[in-house]
Amino acid sequence: MKSQGGGEFIDNLGKIYMIYTGGFLAFVVLIAILEQLGVPNQILGFLFIFMTVGLYAAIGIISRTTHVSEYYVAGRKVPPVFNGMATGADWMSGASFVGMAGSLYILGYDGLAFVLGWTGGYVLVAVLLAPYLRKFGAYTVPDFLGSRYGGNTARIVGIVVLISCSFTYVTAQVYATGIIASRFLPFLSFEVAVFIGLLGILVCSMLGGMRAVTWTQVAQYIILIVAYLVPVVWLSTKITGVPIPQLMYGDILSKITTLELELGIDKAHVEPYTNYDRMNFFLLIMCLMVGTASLPHVLMRFFTTPSVRDARKSVGWSLLFIFILYFTAPAYAAFAKYEIYSSVINSMIVDLPAWVESLKGVGLLTITDVNGDGILQYAEFKINRDVVVLATPEIAGLPYVVSGLVAAGGLAAALSTADGLLLAIANALSHDIYYTMVNPKAETGARLAVARVILIVVALGAASAAATKPSTILSMVAWAFSLAASGLFPALVLGVWWKRTNAKGAIAGMISGFAVCAFYLVGTRYGGMDLWFGVKNISAGTFGIPVAFIVTVVVSLMTEAPSKEIQDMVDRVRVPKGKGMIHEDPVTF
Amino acid sequence: MSEQERLEKHWSETKGLMILSLGIWFVLSFGIHFFVESLNTVSFLGFPLGFYLAGQGSLVGFVVLIFWFSARQNKIDEKYGFDEGSGE
Repeated sequence: MKSQGGGEFIDNLGKIYMIYTGGFLAFVVLIAILEQLGVPNQILGFLFIFMTVGLYAAIGIISRTTHVSEYYVAGRKVPPVFNGMATGADWMSGASFVGMAGSLYILGYDGLAFVLGWTGGYVLVAVLLAPYLRKFGAYTVPDFLGSRYGGNTARIVGIVVLISCSFTYVTAQVYATGIIASRFLPFLSFEVAVFIGLLGILVCSMLGGMRAVTWTQVAQYIILIVAYLVPVVWLSTKITGVPIPQLMYGDILSKITTLELELGIDKAHVEPYTNYDRMNFFLLIMCLMVGTASLPHVLMRFFTTPSVRDARKSVGWSLLFIFILYFTAPAYAAFAKYEIYSSVINSMIVDLPAWVESLKGVGLLTITDVNGDGILQYAEFKINRDVVVLATPEIAGLPYVVSGLVAAGGLAAALSTADGLLLAIANALSHDIYYTMVNPKAETGARLAVARVILIVVALGAASAAATKPSTILSMVAWAFSLAASGLFPALVLGVWWKRTNAKGAIAGMISGFAVCAFYLVGTRYGGMDLWFGVKNISAGTFGIPVAFIVTVVVSLMTEAPSKEIQDMVDRVRVPKGKGMIHEDPVTF
Repeated sequence: MSEQERLEKHWSETKGLMILSLGIWFVLSFGIHFFVESLNTVSFLGFPLGFYLAGQGSLVGFVVLIFWFSARQNKIDEKYGFDEGSGE
């Protein structure tokens, strides 16, 4: 794994990760045995966090590298299936892991906009972008923009968009690692936990860049998916007798509908448009999909496959691995809702199940007997959306080891996404700004040193921001999708699919799309501006995306066509055969 | 066929596949969910059909669509000799 070739490691990936998975399961069994022997929960939680983070650190350290292409694109040697797992971990954030099922619990059918939006976007990635960006041979997304739209202006605009959509996102991930670590290591303060989380992130990415992050993300995917499935499979077996929650929750949905009628709940779980109207439901799906296809930390994962063909196929594998979590989330929501409606609501408050009491203790549930009748009515019960995943082990009556496993899964989800985002930001700064614009003659050693220093600086920035528990930043995470979609999608797609797109058009399009989207986001959230046509703040891309497309096309047509060289380059990007345009090819444009 | 001609034909087939794929994508993402109210009156594996399609059906469709698209695109690349294995 240390040499640049790494052939032996790549050939044995399947075996290595099988052994790894077996080892992890054995570790979980060991913790379960320790629990039965009476080892206190706090120590078990500590073991879980330190063992998994230690493991990621070890992978990070043995994957260290001194080669630029290993650092930026993992040497372009990652097989499609493994890149799929890495993309899955890269994509699924702490919030997806912990909060998605809870959102579905609260929103019912309307929450499926998130499930659809965060999966369907991969079709756009596969068809419109990934193979072409892979062929191009860029190291970063702004790298593509800079070469296709000949010059540093496009590159800089790309970097500004990239940082605006990725920085709030990475801050939220660091925040999530801090929350999980401090919950399971109660002797740490939140601020200290944030910096420990940061250390976990840095040790994975600093020495080995993309290569280290790739192999850690594969390891993190395995832990997060096991941790996500175990509690709900168990709960499904307990309630229905069949361990396939994704199939069995159909039945549960009809039971929920019956219970809703009995309890007089008018917002039915399976009923569409009880939270969003029809228009906002579809606009949200659209913005999330286009945003998915524009987020640099996702796109750059497809720069690491050995070939264009593999890049395409790898998108399929990525979505398959993501699908496993996203089609389970609605089942989680349904089982949790069923348990709560059937055994909590309308019970005497004095004899609620034990888990209700313990969740109340940590502030995730509130129960107020408004009318003082001693019975818990639906309206007297308030639930935090993170509860659903975190509390399912307790609801199912599972031992503490499963709660520890869920915490390790949540941590894996947050760390892996943070790694990818951090690398996207730091690589844009080190490769696109330092190497391409400031010092193109820099030696390999200097390039990697600068890359690592920038990584640490960005990580410290994110951790400092997260340590202040910034409610504004956290509420801005959802903005990333609309901002990326409006700022990057048209320039990327048209750059490949419409040869006539020129630099002036692309730059004007990126700036205007991004500006319109940002104006709408900030104006409606903080400026007291009225919604335009009732479009929700989260779907600001509804305005930004078309503006960016129209401006790009109009300005391109009003100005001169791109040079013959650029047009030939686009021709070559469109076919898999032949060498990449930059970095792999000594001749650059 | 000259190189230029092959490039043009390859690209026009690629565009055709892109339009077809995005058409299917559009139906899976938006088209079928427009009819959720009527679909929900049908029961499928115990689910209201509209709910099932949004929570599971479309997702399976997306995964299959990407693998199908990849295979089709590979065929187009090979047909015109533009796949990575050819002529090097």
